[in-house]
Amino acid sequence: MTTATLPSRRDEAWRYSDIEAVTAAWPLPAPESIIVPAGGNFARAIVQDAGDIRQIELVLGKGAVASLHVLNIGGAYGRIELAVTLHEGADFTLGAAQIGGGEQNLEIVTTVTHAEPGATSRQVVRSVLGGTATGTYLGKVAVARDAQQTDSAQDVKAMLLNRSATANAKPELEIYADDVKCAHGCAIGELDAMALYYLQSRGIPPGEAKKLMLQAFVAGVFDGAEDEARLQELALEKLGELV
Amino acid sequence: MLQIENLHATVADKPILKGLSLTINAGEIHAIMGPNGAGKSTLSYVLGGRPGYEVTDGSATFDGADLLDMEPHERAAAGLFLGFQYPVEIPGVSNVQFLREALNAQRRARGEEPLSGGEFLKVARDKAALLKMDMDMLKRPVNVGFSGGEKKRNEMVQMGIIDPKLAILDETDSGLDIDALRTVGDGINSIMRRPDKAVLLITHYQRLLDYVQPDFVHVLAAGRIVKSGGPELARELEAHGYAEIAA
Repeated sequence: MTTATLPSRRDEAWRYSDIEAVTAAWPLPAPESIIVPAGGNFARAIVQDAGDIRQIELVLGKGAVASLHVLNIGGAYGRIELAVTLHEGADFTLGAAQIGGGEQNLEIVTTVTHAEPGATSRQVVRSVLGGTATGTYLGKVAVARDAQQTDSAQDVKAMLLNRSATANAKPELEIYADDVKCAHGCAIGELDAMALYYLQSRGIPPGEAKKLMLQAFVAGVFDGAEDEARLQELALEKLGELV
Repeated sequence: MLQIENLHATVADKPILKGLSLTINAGEIHAIMGPNGAGKSTLSYVLGGRPGYEVTDGSATFDGADLLDMEPHERAAAGLFLGFQYPVEIPGVSNVQFLREALNAQRRARGEEPLSGGEFLKVARDKAALLKMDMDMLKRPVNVGFSGGEKKRNEMVQMGIIDPKLAILDETDSGLDIDALRTVGDGINSIMRRPDKAVLLITHYQRLLDYVQPDFVHVLAAGRIVKSGGPELARELEAHGYAEIAA
């Protein structure tokens, strides 16, 4: 993750980035390093609400459990980059939502390395984009040769509120072991017009109807977060600005 | 309560309604019957304001106000309820949350106080019991995983909670077994058969009308009402078919 030279759009991990914003922030501080010892437990909620590039390196020892919940909503450019290394039997969960409007550019970039056998990782990412905003998820899962019985999943969905918004989603697998389960699903869509009409036909104004459906679209990612109520509330507030 | 005059409407530029007129007064139950493709569902969607249903001529007035000039949610707040032929599934939104938001949005639009969570649940429980629907289903996401009959029953629970002035029920009887048909029929009677309310039932079959006695029956064919009569007209249609009657 430590990037020695200023990245350009030729670098895969920065292909959709706001390079001007990256240049202005250059050089980036060293990534935050978090080590969860064998058998340890770690949980954190990250709210990116002012425009920031955050890089986190997370190492999970044998049997360690970590869950990150991310709400990426603020600033002209907001990037959250995670490099996660899983040792034997470790378990990593990411639940992330990015919600952007106007000309915002928001990204979540993850590399999850299953270095040893029997580790599990689960990533759920939901993006809601309006205006001419861009939302990007680049998620690489790397499975080392020894890391048999790896179980990983990436579930990525984006909702575009109009035709001028952009969603990029790229799950990427690099597997050197032969007994693994790596599920990945990705969908980009727009709000169901018939469902919106159904809600309105019961008296709910169009903006509220959209908000209700978007809230449901995003809600699941914060399940089990310590800060669940606060994250939901902040997400709802941001959704309210978009509809 | 509802005056429709010379209504013309198109869907994707195709004319469907071609000069439909109908007057419904408070306290009346009307049934519209007709063959497939006559325009029955189009009529319900035009009155409900569904996008894509274009009115090209004529008028519809609801309690003196121009219905066609209102947004769908404004029509609901004015007292119009549309029972869908195919109720829509909304993953992630619970029935209870949906209905409470809907009811309170309508109340706010009418300048009434919103109901508290407790008050709302009491109403919801009463109406679910009336329609013999398990309260657990009200907590589940809207219509998700419901059978055809459960969806229709859910429409009637919604109608009971929202308590509209005018209900337009589009083939509410389709997909119901005999017991459910009776329950839904009883529900319609107990919620809507009142001097200040009215119902427009859209149906293919006589059988719902055995439970909900209409005051007037109309035959819709090729976008117009071609015949009107009393409840006996429905039995005639059942006996002789549309082709003979509508000809």
